[in-house]
Formats: sequence, structure tokens, C-alpha cells
Amino acid sequence: MSLEQFSKRDVAPGYIFYNAEAKPKTGWEFFKRGFSRALKGELFVGLWIVLREMFAKGNTHTVSYPQEKLAMAPRYRAIHKLLRLQESGSERCIGCGLCEKICISNCIRMETKLDENSRKEVTKYTINFGRCIYCGYCAEVCPELAIVHSGDYESASEQRAHFGLKEDMLTPLDEFKANKQQEFPGFGALSDDADSFVKKTPLAY
Amino acid sequence: MDWAIVIETVIKAVVVLSVVAGMAAFATFIERKVLAYMQRRLGPMNVGPHGILQLAADGIKLFTKEDIVPQNAVKPIFKFAPVIAPATAFTAMAAIPFFPEFTVFGYTVTPIISDINVGILFVMGVASAGMYAPLLAGMSSSNKWALLGAARTVIALLSFEVVSGLALLAPLMMIGSLSLIDINDFQVGGIGSWLVWSQPMAFLLFVIAGFAETNRTPFDLIEYEAEIVSGYATDYSGMRWGLFFVGEYANMITVAFLVSIIFLGGYNPLWIIPGAIMILLKISAFIFLFLWVRAAWPHVRPDQMMWLCWKILMPIALINILITGIVLI
Repeated sequence: MSLEQFSKRDVAPGYIFYNAEAKPKTGWEFFKRGFSRALKGELFVGLWIVLREMFAKGNTHTVSYPQEKLAMAPRYRAIHKLLRLQESGSERCIGCGLCEKICISNCIRMETKLDENSRKEVTKYTINFGRCIYCGYCAEVCPELAIVHSGDYESASEQRAHFGLKEDMLTPLDEFKANKQQEFPGFGALSDDADSFVKKTPLAY
Repeated sequence: MDWAIVIETVIKAVVVLSVVAGMAAFATFIERKVLAYMQRRLGPMNVGPHGILQLAADGIKLFTKEDIVPQNAVKPIFKFAPVIAPATAFTAMAAIPFFPEFTVFGYTVTPIISDINVGILFVMGVASAGMYAPLLAGMSSSNKWALLGAARTVIALLSFEVVSGLALLAPLMMIGSLSLIDINDFQVGGIGSWLVWSQPMAFLLFVIAGFAETNRTPFDLIEYEAEIVSGYATDYSGMRWGLFFVGEYANMITVAFLVSIIFLGGYNPLWIIPGAIMILLKISAFIFLFLWVRAAWPHVRPDQMMWLCWKILMPIALINILITGIVLI
């Protein structure tokens, strides 16, 4: 291994080097270069390309936004959602407070109490979206996949508190009953083959 | 003095003013659409079908926008400069024959406001005087970008004026008249008699100079955004800026008419196509060329423009005149 491999680290293997044409030295060479450049017609190649694009059908890159929207990738991190359990419809959040703890901009705040069955109940759950940096730690740390990121990136609002209260984020019951709650495939969710990694508890002992 | 001529001239002037201003406004819409399609965009789409009413929206916006005069500007000149641009652009059209003669209710109309015998000289002179608009606007704005734009205006004027003048000299030597009607009548014998065939070099040079004169893309150095924000128009807003805009597009139409009449056979009828349609087709094609080039080509630096005009185009124009003279003798 020679020293050159370490000293020339800006050149990765596979680089293609372009050998530019040599600079003209004499006046005659200057004239030849100017003449060939003037008559080569490269400018007209440019004209042809834009004309071709003008008449080509359906190659526009414009998304006419309010009428059509791009589909967000599952791992896109926009405004949060609180999900419900698929079977019972009760809230998934168990009030463990991990998201509150891990939040690096300290924008999650939850209040909990014990309900009549001595189960923990989340009374308030707010995210201050003025401070949230959408890092996704809360969704990643959540053991119940309760707090997730949705793809709703249209978060302009009149009030700072909008989108950030529990009733904004929690799936409404009627929507849930209409089976509209989508299982979240993105940040912090289990992979498709997660079941194959589960070891069954031996009941023998 | 015959009152009929006065009334006729006034009517013609009003018609030219309104029609050309409308065409200039419509050209802005066409430009946005053509550029958009060439760059794989859609352009204005929301106001009216395919954004055709965007014109009206822009007009309302320009007219109702606040008229800002900067604190340190030389106020009278700053306020007056935008008027020069459309005024000279429309004055230049006085000597341009737009259409062939036609008869309305037994009255023969010549669609030219004034057939002066130095027509082409008048058009070129007044159009060049229009360069005072960006020059004065830039110098009175007390803004460094505007001042740079004004300085570049002078560079542009010094560069293109010599080329366009010398390029025109050769065809004028063949025709022997400066009146645009005479120039048009010289090419009356179909496509073969168009001057572009006998004077191809002069045609090329004049088109290049036309791009420089109208500050279109390869030579748009007086308001190139990436370098000097908006050049002379940096401090202008609302209708004052709109006047510059109208003047610029009216200049484009003037140059398109000049090229069509001098080199491309003007308003002579071709085969079964009447002359009026022919000249409209020609100027449409030429204005499309303006937009097309803007979408495709990068622009040059001021020094490259001077280099091109003085060291390349001017010698070619002189050689062209020389050859034309030898052939004529």
C-alpha cells in the first residue's frame, strides 16, 4: 500500500477524468477554435432541446398543489397522532411518560391519574409544536406505538395551540368505528416480519 | 390644413397605442406560458382557463400597488423616467407600416401613422433614445444595483447601435430608400425576392442587434437578476415599473416588425395568404424566437457583449457592406 492512496483521498476509485481540449497557443489555433465553435451549432442543440420539451406531452414536473398532493412516505415525520387499540378502541397510551422524558426540545407534557380501576389514565397530553423539531424520538421510544407521526404536513393554523392538544391528535371515536384508523407503518413501528422474532413463552413451567 | 388627415392620424395613433399595448400585455402571458412549457412547468394556471385572465390580475395588481419613491432618489427624474420607455417605443411605431392598404366604406386607409421618407432612420433613432429611460431611472434611483444597470445601459447602447446601423446599411444600399413602405415594396415578388436571401449576413447581424436593443436574453445584462437584482428597475414598483415593462415589450414588437419588413418580405401577400396575415405570422414567429432563445441560452457578460459587437460583428458588417458595394457596382 503506497502513500499515494492516503494523500489523494479526494479522488475516489471510479472517477472519470475529463481531458479538456488543450488551450490554443498561437493565433492560428485561436482562430481555428473560434471558427469551429461558431459553426458547430451547439447553441442550436440547446434550442432544439427546449423546443422538444415544449411539445412533449405530460412531462411537467408541476404538482398543482391544492388540487393534487404528493403521497408522503411512511417514515415522513409531520404532525403527531395518538392512536387507539385496534380491538377495543381504548387509547393505546399507557401514560408511561417515556416520550416526555426523551423529548429533546421538552415540548411534550402529559398529566396522568389513576382511574377507578387503578389503571393509569392520561388526562392531558399536549405537544408544543412551536418547539417540536420533529425528530421522531417520541414515536421511536413509545412502547405501545401510541404516539406516531402522521403525514399531515399542512400545519398552518390561526392558533399556536392547534394540532397540539390531546383531542386534536387522538383518533376520534367515530372515525375509529368507521375503521379509518390506519395502522402506522413508519417511524418506530414494528417491521412486517416482527412476528417471526417472537419467542413463545413456554407454559410448561 | 385638412381636418380629415388630423382626425385620421389621431384615430390611427389611438388604435396603434391601444392594440400594441394590448399585444405587449398579452406577450407577457405568452412568454410566461412558453417559458413554463419549455422548462417543464405549467405556468399560470389558476386565473381563468389555463391562466388566461392572469393578465387582468396582473394589471389590477400593478395599478393598485403602492407607488414608492425612495427617500434619496432624485424625485422628478425618478418619476419621469418610466414615461420615456413606452413613449419612445410607441413614437418609434409612427413610421412603421403595419398592414397593407385596405378600404373601409370606400375610404382607403394606409395603416401607417406617418410615411416619412427617413422612416427606418426615425425608428432606429427614437428606439435608441428609449435607452434614456433605463439610464435616467438607474441614475436617479440612488441604488447601486440601479446605477450598475444604468452603466450597463450605456454599454449596451454603444455595442448594438453600431452593429444595427452598419447591418442595415447594406440592404438600404440595394433598395435606395429609407422609407419602410419602399423597403416593403422592393420585395414584392414572392419568397425569392425577400432580402434575407440576398443579405443573409445583414439579417443575422440585425437580429443579434435586435436582441441587444430589446435587452433580451443573450444580452439582458442591464437587468440580469443574478448579478444586479433588477438593474435600473430595482427601486421601481407598481405602475411605474409597469410602464418600463410595456415599453420593453412594445420595443420587441417594433423590432419584430422591422425585421419582418426589411428582411422577410413585410406585408406582401404570399400565394393565397393575404399580406396582413403574413406579417402577423412573421412577427409572431419572431416574438416566439425571443422567448425561445430566453429559455435556451445563457446570457453574456458586459465585456463579452462589447467584445462580440465591436470585434466580431462590426467587422463582419463592414465586410458585408464592402461586398454589397462591389456587387452593386
